[in-house]
Amino acid sequence: MTTTATIGTTIASDGFVLDPADRAAILEERAHYPYPQAASIEALKIVQKRHGHVPDGAIPAIAETLGIRVADVEGVATFYSLIFRQPVGRHVILICDSSSCFLTDYEQLRDAFIDHLGIQMGQTTADGRFTLLPVCCLGACDRGPTILIGEDLHGPVTPDEIPRLLEAYA
Amino acid sequence: MSRILQSAGERRSETHPLTWRLHDDQSPVLLEEYLDTGGYAAVTKALEQYTYESLTEEVKGANLRGRGGAGFSAGMKWSLTAKGGDAPRGYIVCNADEMEPGTFKDRLLMEQQPHLLIEGMILAGYANRSKQGYIFLRGEYHLAAASIQRALADARADGWLGPDVRGSGWDFDIALHTGAGRYICGEETALINSLEGKRANPRAKPPFPGQSGAWGLPTVVNNVETLCNVPGIVNHGADWFQALSGDLSSDGGTKLYGVSGKVNNPGLWELPMGTTGNRILELAGGMRDGLALKSWLPGGGSTGFLLPEHLELALDFDTIGKTGSRMGTGLLTVVADNQSMVSLTRNLEEFFARESCGWCTPCRDGLPWSVKLLRALEAGEGQAGDIELLEQMARDLGPGKTFCAHAPGAAMPLASAIHYFRDEFERGITRPEGEAHADPIPVGSV
Repeated sequence: MTTTATIGTTIASDGFVLDPADRAAILEERAHYPYPQAASIEALKIVQKRHGHVPDGAIPAIAETLGIRVADVEGVATFYSLIFRQPVGRHVILICDSSSCFLTDYEQLRDAFIDHLGIQMGQTTADGRFTLLPVCCLGACDRGPTILIGEDLHGPVTPDEIPRLLEAYA
Repeated sequence: MSRILQSAGERRSETHPLTWRLHDDQSPVLLEEYLDTGGYAAVTKALEQYTYESLTEEVKGANLRGRGGAGFSAGMKWSLTAKGGDAPRGYIVCNADEMEPGTFKDRLLMEQQPHLLIEGMILAGYANRSKQGYIFLRGEYHLAAASIQRALADARADGWLGPDVRGSGWDFDIALHTGAGRYICGEETALINSLEGKRANPRAKPPFPGQSGAWGLPTVVNNVETLCNVPGIVNHGADWFQALSGDLSSDGGTKLYGVSGKVNNPGLWELPMGTTGNRILELAGGMRDGLALKSWLPGGGSTGFLLPEHLELALDFDTIGKTGSRMGTGLLTVVADNQSMVSLTRNLEEFFARESCGWCTPCRDGLPWSVKLLRALEAGEGQAGDIELLEQMARDLGPGKTFCAHAPGAAMPLASAIHYFRDEFERGITRPEGEAHADPIPVGSV
């Protein structure tokens, strides 16, 4: 269907090899759309699920798999906030910083996470266990302040619950 | 997981069309139970009794207004979508990118009753001669994604989706598309770009999506709650839908209303359209910890602040629109008397600054500037003229200055906070005009 030239194979891929299962999953996603570029965001998420983040070498590998331009994949990879371009911890903690959580004291919760983990927002603990990031309204405002650890939604969370809450995430 | 705070005993099919099947234990309504309780009957009825024109007319007659916040008539949107004669068959896209601050209603519908959404999408697909639907779901809604995926597979296995839907000769299927962050994806043309695998910059209009949307084909984008209202309209008719709100509102139907903030009982309720803010706040148990209500947002971070006296108004699009605010999503965010309007406005503008896609100058550069000024006021380091400058910025961010509604959405809480609570902003001014802020905040710090 597409006539876009495949140029991904000419770009150095830093030794990155796309896992065969991921490649298959990306091609399956591609089948949902009339044009392959539409699967690029899902492709990035598939790679990220395996590696924790999207290594630079994955960009040309995804472009080659979908038969689209490297720049288009790169442009998307740098736009979306939940595509991580640097290594992150095993568990990413997303702290909702929007208005309802602001009004239910998320700033105190955020500061308590910073104190407890000894890192700033956007950083990863030295043991590679946790990364702290802000996120827009998690859509659970009746339970504010809310956080998302991996795929688990928690709320309302109070600062003194942090140590016990994090025990479940090795 | 969202909760509806009315028990199953309180919710009835004739008065709570969106939520009457929901379980008190919040487990999802699966296909078998959905079918046993009249689910997909509207699809059968539409395929047997309606043409695409008459189905569109039925929804238009019901005056179903867009529940994503804009309030545009869904039937009107469908009637403006190219679909007759030689028009190419396009797409139905469900906007499930629920990220409006203070909004948590679509999550409930998708986690606990995905078949109602799917049924609504099939009907929208039929009315628009579509061949394919997409549910654009925000990436953080993992439970909703699992619930929808299962429901799509079950509906497909039972012949409600796929080639030759229930022997009608019409092909229609739905795919789930999950996002990867960015609030701007909820803007319908940005959403279409994101669906196409591009950066989520909004598109210039016209052409409107109804003429040239996803991949250049006629595309209808409707919110989750909007689509969930369609099966009831088809089953019971436009007059029934209008009667649901009785004398409370000229808008038909029910609305998922909610409250967040420091109230005793935050949550969601399905109530007639036009229910007053007072009634909703009463259901939420009033303010907690002995606090008093100072202000409220009627439906998300991009709506304007209102005062306690406005709680007596009907919460519908036209009534709230007359106050200068907007009903938006209809989920109230309440502000207590001990909470700073300057700090809350700073929080909101930080959100809009971060979530700007950067395409238009007033939005990209104006919003971080507003944050800088608000932070100075918050720290008591404002200078004379800052408030007037913020007011000027709110005007410059208003409708018509940018491609999409992101900047006007940011301007609305800013302008209204200053309008109603100017004294709080004035308290942040300690320096004469022309004197630099004591601790300048770098522009790039947002």
